[in-house]
Amino acid sequence: MSALLSVTDAHVAYGKVEAVRSVSLDVGQNQIVTIVGANGAGKTTLLSAIMGILPLKGRVAFAGQDLARLDIEDRVAMGLGLVPEHRELFVTMNVEDNLELGAFRIERSKAKTSMERVYTLFPRLKERRKQLAGTLSGGEQQMLAMGRALMGAPKLLMLDEPSLGLAPIIVADIFRIVTELRTAGVSVLLVEQNAQAALKIADQAYVMELGEFVLSGKASDIAANERVAASYLGFQHEGESVL
Amino acid sequence: MNTTIMLFLVQDGITNGAIYALLGLALVLVFAVTRVILIPQGEFVTYGALTYASLAAGQMPGTAKLALALGIGAFAFDLFVARKALHGRLIVRSALTNIVLPAIVLALTVYFAAQKPPVAVSIALSLVIVAMIGLYLYRVAFQPLAHTSVLVLLIASVGVHLALQGLGLLFFGAEGQRGPAVLSGGFTAGSLRFTGQSLTVYSITIAFIVALWLFFGLTLYGKALRATAVNRLGARLVGIRTTLSGQIAFLLASVIGALSGIMIVPITTLYYDSGFLIGLKGFVAAIIGGLVSYPLTAVAALVVGLVEAFSSFYASNYKEVIVFMLLIPVLLLRSLAAPAVEEEKD
Repeated sequence: MSALLSVTDAHVAYGKVEAVRSVSLDVGQNQIVTIVGANGAGKTTLLSAIMGILPLKGRVAFAGQDLARLDIEDRVAMGLGLVPEHRELFVTMNVEDNLELGAFRIERSKAKTSMERVYTLFPRLKERRKQLAGTLSGGEQQMLAMGRALMGAPKLLMLDEPSLGLAPIIVADIFRIVTELRTAGVSVLLVEQNAQAALKIADQAYVMELGEFVLSGKASDIAANERVAASYLGFQHEGESVL
Repeated sequence: MNTTIMLFLVQDGITNGAIYALLGLALVLVFAVTRVILIPQGEFVTYGALTYASLAAGQMPGTAKLALALGIGAFAFDLFVARKALHGRLIVRSALTNIVLPAIVLALTVYFAAQKPPVAVSIALSLVIVAMIGLYLYRVAFQPLAHTSVLVLLIASVGVHLALQGLGLLFFGAEGQRGPAVLSGGFTAGSLRFTGQSLTVYSITIAFIVALWLFFGLTLYGKALRATAVNRLGARLVGIRTTLSGQIAFLLASVIGALSGIMIVPITTLYYDSGFLIGLKGFVAAIIGGLVSYPLTAVAALVVGLVEAFSSFYASNYKEVIVFMLLIPVLLLRSLAAPAVEEEKD
């Protein structure tokens, strides 16, 4: 079976500076794929370009269709979802409105079931449904951002640093939910600085350094790689390459 | 000053304030959603008013032709943008909204203008014509610039204002016009007389504000518009097109403008260039509301109306000066209270 998302030889540039160089990656059905790497490696840039926020040179295909001509909104309608690092919530609107808007591109009748599903995944959101998004705690905002993206019934959810700045207990919760999503048939492309946690739940992994993938393979193999362990799993040697 | 005069001025101020409130709300809406400071809002007022007055007088308003011309322009833009991936559905849909619709309205206008239509028909036609002009203007003048800075959008806005004002002179001539009252009659309470027209102004304003409130609070499209105003990227990430939000905002703004014009043209004589000053007073209210707050804008608009009424009694030569001077302390206070504002990142 062909991959759900397939990126081939992608380049992304800010003006003359190439932030992502010649990157290829595949995300299969029902898979969690993670991209780990240091700050500034180009992970966020790559996700933004796959979503259509930044222009990308190369080929991106989703569910067998070339995305080149499609803008962000079309990609959302096709079932590609992104939870960006800054979450981009509608802060002056309440939780329920945020979720309702997440279902903007799907049928009204399906939105109700979607909402129930999100509330089951994140019971905390149900408790806070009349609260303004801007007044939620960081962890709750992350849950809302994920919930809002899930409302659109995506086939693939891209998560950009979902654990950033959150308390460990909430991080554990969020990673548990990511694995539940896989069970529910949603593929996940996860970008994380917390490589240890990401590699534990992922099926496939890519290691990114200075805009390029330097290593890829099964997540368990990557986690077992000595140099990856040295660079990303707790024994930090700043700036040292994993190769 | 005796109480009768004072009550009279208050009444006058509230009537004008109600109109400024509607215009101010439209300005806030358009700015929040598209970042366009809508200077041509005043032209929507005059176009609505003078189209209505022309129709009522049995004359053919040029605005109906302008709507068709702009519609053709909008259609051309749609084709150009989609040139690499043209498909039949898109062409048909664009042709229907941009060419067939204004052509039908133009035909209706020609038909009705010849036989002095009833008030309701004149109102409906004027509203539709100006609404289409607003919609196509967004497509032609603002949508292609949607990603640029507020300053570029402001320059485009000034350009559109000047063009529309010039066309207004061409369509309606330099003579002022008045339209027939929407509602005649009225009643007297004490020494105050409430005309049917001023009651129309109050009730339509209140009805429109309530309708807007319901639209933004309860409907999915209303919420989508708010979402675009709050976080443009967030809105795109849930699949809300910024162009759709922009279209709705411009449609609402042009309808509000035209409606305001139709409501005041039976009370005051309007000229092709009267809209600018009226729009500016709505703008004063919108600025007092910080271009974000709807309730503050509505209250400020009433204050603007009252200040205008009283200053036209005490110092009628300085009436406009006094009204616009309201801006100075407000801007001063706002600049002291608010931190430095940076251009929004996109």
